[in-house]
Amino acid sequence: MLDAAQRGESALLIAPTGGGKTLAGFLPSLIELAGQGEARAEGLHTLYISPLKALAVDIQRNLEQPIAEMALPLRAETRTGDTPQSKRQRQRRQPPHLLMTTPESLALLLSYEDAPQIFGDLRCVIVDELHALEDNKRGDLLALGLSRLSSLAPQCRRVGLSATVAEPERLARWLSPDGKGGGVRTVTGDSGAAPDIKILETQARLPWSGHMGVHALPEVYELLRDAGTAIVFVNTRAQTEIVFQELWRINDDNLAIALHHGSLAVEQRRKVEAAMARGELDAVVATSSLDLGVDWAAVDLVIQVGAPKGSTRLLQRIGRANHRLDQPSRAVLVPANRFEMLECRAAVDAVTEGTLDGIAETPGGLDVLAQHVLGVACAGPVDPAALYDEVHKAGPYASLSRRDFDDVFDFVATGGYALGNYEKFRRLFQTADGLFTIAGPNVARDYRMNVGTIVEAPTLKVRMGRGRVLGEVEEHFVNYMTEGDTFAFAGRLLEFVEVRETDVITRPGRGDAPAVPAYMGGRLPLSTHLAVRVRATLAEPKRWRNFSGQVREWLDAQLWRSVMPSADGLLVETFPRGNKQYLVAYCFEGRNAHQTLGMLLTRRMERMGLKPLGFVATDYVLAIWSLEAAAQVDQLFAEDMLGDDLEAWMAESSMLKRTFRNVAVIAGLIQRRHPGEEKSRRQVTFNSDLIYDVLRSHEPNHILLRATRADAASGLTDIRRLADMLSRIRGRITHRELERVSPLAVPVLLEIGRESVYGAAIDELLGENAEDLVAEAMTGSDVKELPLV
Amino acid sequence: MSLPDHDMEPAAPVDGSASCTLAGARIVADPSGAILLRDARVLVVADLHFEKGSAFAARGDAWLPPYDTSETLARLERLCRHHQPQRVVCLGDSFHDLGGPGRMAAGDLARLRRLVARHDWVWITGNHDPAPPSDLGGMAAEALDVGRLTLRHEAATGMVPSGEISGHFHPKAAVRTRGRRISGRCFVTDGHRLILPAFGAFTGGLNVLDPALAALLQPAFRVFVIGKQRLFAYPHHQLAPEPPRL
Repeated sequence: MLDAAQRGESALLIAPTGGGKTLAGFLPSLIELAGQGEARAEGLHTLYISPLKALAVDIQRNLEQPIAEMALPLRAETRTGDTPQSKRQRQRRQPPHLLMTTPESLALLLSYEDAPQIFGDLRCVIVDELHALEDNKRGDLLALGLSRLSSLAPQCRRVGLSATVAEPERLARWLSPDGKGGGVRTVTGDSGAAPDIKILETQARLPWSGHMGVHALPEVYELLRDAGTAIVFVNTRAQTEIVFQELWRINDDNLAIALHHGSLAVEQRRKVEAAMARGELDAVVATSSLDLGVDWAAVDLVIQVGAPKGSTRLLQRIGRANHRLDQPSRAVLVPANRFEMLECRAAVDAVTEGTLDGIAETPGGLDVLAQHVLGVACAGPVDPAALYDEVHKAGPYASLSRRDFDDVFDFVATGGYALGNYEKFRRLFQTADGLFTIAGPNVARDYRMNVGTIVEAPTLKVRMGRGRVLGEVEEHFVNYMTEGDTFAFAGRLLEFVEVRETDVITRPGRGDAPAVPAYMGGRLPLSTHLAVRVRATLAEPKRWRNFSGQVREWLDAQLWRSVMPSADGLLVETFPRGNKQYLVAYCFEGRNAHQTLGMLLTRRMERMGLKPLGFVATDYVLAIWSLEAAAQVDQLFAEDMLGDDLEAWMAESSMLKRTFRNVAVIAGLIQRRHPGEEKSRRQVTFNSDLIYDVLRSHEPNHILLRATRADAASGLTDIRRLADMLSRIRGRITHRELERVSPLAVPVLLEIGRESVYGAAIDELLGENAEDLVAEAMTGSDVKELPLV
Repeated sequence: MSLPDHDMEPAAPVDGSASCTLAGARIVADPSGAILLRDARVLVVADLHFEKGSAFAARGDAWLPPYDTSETLARLERLCRHHQPQRVVCLGDSFHDLGGPGRMAAGDLARLRRLVARHDWVWITGNHDPAPPSDLGGMAAEALDVGRLTLRHEAATGMVPSGEISGHFHPKAAVRTRGRRISGRCFVTDGHRLILPAFGAFTGGLNVLDPALAALLQPAFRVFVIGKQRLFAYPHHQLAPEPPRL
């Protein structure tokens, strides 16, 4: 690292957590600053960027010590959304030597006219937790910001710090000043002792379905009792609450067990983190909110309840235990159901063999680019050609075409509509020298109010009575609640009272089981890499030896009653049940891709006259039920469903509309709503669905619709993964017509009613409700058919 | 289940419309959001909000697609072609703001003029457009009587009218079915008054259970929710409230 620094080269340091990465990143800067002695210039020398505010604050604190020890008269400061206005202004006038900040705060700083002065003397920019930024929109924004910095301070070198990843060369490309990987030296840290990972073989009955893992919690509790400090990772926020409640119910030894997830109030999270840092906790139940962040030396056991969904993620979570390289990290995986047992095995094999999840490379978001273009214009007049050259050097935008750039630029200037109706309301004006400048100070003000790429689903504060705020929940969660419903939140059972303004008013709930199964927050789909491994395991019975009796029994029964899915083909089973016909497809492509596939297949089945009624998707399997049995399965799964059907479905897909809403907010088509101004700005809250519909029918190729489709390919709809699967399975589909449900199909059928079920079109649902009412009125009793009798 | 005495006929499956009577007059509600007074050959639409998109662009608030006017016009043209009314009544807020007509594209303006010229056109004034443009043709009025019915922009308060048709509130309604919440624009009526959904392409809505709207209606009101192809009738007690919004 030092050598790279002395040569002025950029560097990428890849090492597991606990390797002292962050200090290694700063060391060259401290040495250089120390060496300058009295001759040391004022001004910003090193910029540190972290995805987490808390991490920026922590690093600043940790740097105070070496700075004091070296007796250096250096200023190291943080700048985040929490920094007081007065301090922020002072930082612009007299920047500290070392500044710790976030991607959003950097974007804001770059939008000021004095950005060239602030950053002119910058020598080094350090990006921490790079692996958590490179494949998302925050990373896109940061990459554009780095490109800007390189124009303002060509002498500045870049340092990237990352956990172990599958393809370091991708990170190097992202980090490189030319966006192609040039000028970056990759340094790989010692990987330390191999982790010690076990899979819990429960003595209880391993459930067929469900994701909570409650069956194994007594055994998890035993592990906690024997460990020093442990983190219990789970996959969803709802699961944190349930696991936490259940552990406390059996907490006879009064272990100090805490709770941590992204919906909790910030103060509460900070309190837990601080107690953890002081070593006061025996265990904390957490979601991905603890995947990144401040290191805790004391953690000596990581427990993952529920399958890890990806080997990279598992490795990073395991890395949270034991920050000493010479001792193995200890981890225990606790599968919540039978398929998860297969997945856990695949994940352990992957970590042992050192294979990690690849990430499909996605080009930088055009919505983020639009935001950046406006930000640059806020700082001063822009020459589009020069800006294109600059943007092009950012890794995610290395393949950006000039046409796309020009369309984005035009969008920023006038909305980019073919009609050119908004010429007279331009946001960017061309001046006599050919440069573009913002129309007025309100444009810059609006930009600064809307900066950032994180578009939260509308949330409501959860309050105890009228008193303290416990945290936040997504609006759609509350939609389904009525007074008296109970739900688990912030480690307690709450009873829903009412919604007042933006608050959910609750009181302590009675009883011990929450009635509402709670919210989905933070669920990731199964990675492609693990999916391949799971399929390979299923296809080879000799690999089943490691499984417990109940799992082997299940798999053997499948062999007897049907067949196993093959490693690279697709098994489709059809069977009647009740008065319905079921189709179960063992795709293993993750929930998002399966949901899209479910939508497309039901459309096609509708046309084939099969009268589909609904479907349910898990990470492993898709099940569809219909009135008529599906035959011609090859035809059903033909790739051309990604043509017109996809296009037609996209027109009405709520997922596409949600994606569009995010794109529209990030790109600045719609302004964000800010707390406190809900009332006054009500007039600028739109139904983005209406906008999507109108835009789609009048200008289907508008830049924001292109951006939406690009997002959809990898995001909620996972179309790309679906396309890969459809082409892989062509000619390799095995169709089994069974007389009844197969053992492997049981889990997905049990999910019906538990997972969201996607059924008929809106009209039919409305109609069905009306018919229900007629039936109700005619029979006087509630006749409902259960899906699994 | 007891139904209010002003019960509506079941939604007609053929064209998706539904009909009801208001103060003895027969009214056909169309899935487009318009109503037809067939006997009088009158078509009524509410809250067109022409040039809403450009109003936001002009204020620098948002680059909404500038296609709302032409979209709304197209819907209106289709409706007029299909039903061939003698008279068309726009129940106010036809333009999103007073500057609207000035921002309208020449092509849209010409289309609107042609449409107005072909009918006996009435612009009811609304709070967004207290003075409809004088150069478009048609006549302006604060209210209009058609037979026993009174047509105005906003429902009159402090009285139970006998046969009033209005707009202004952009009513929408939500129902829960199979754990899903489905909401849509709707007509709402209590047998004395009928409030139309907004017709304009960018117009959102107010839940009929909102006190501002519910206060105008007799307790046992009904709605016709606009589905993709047809209308769906619900009594008020089957409706779901609006989720809170930030």
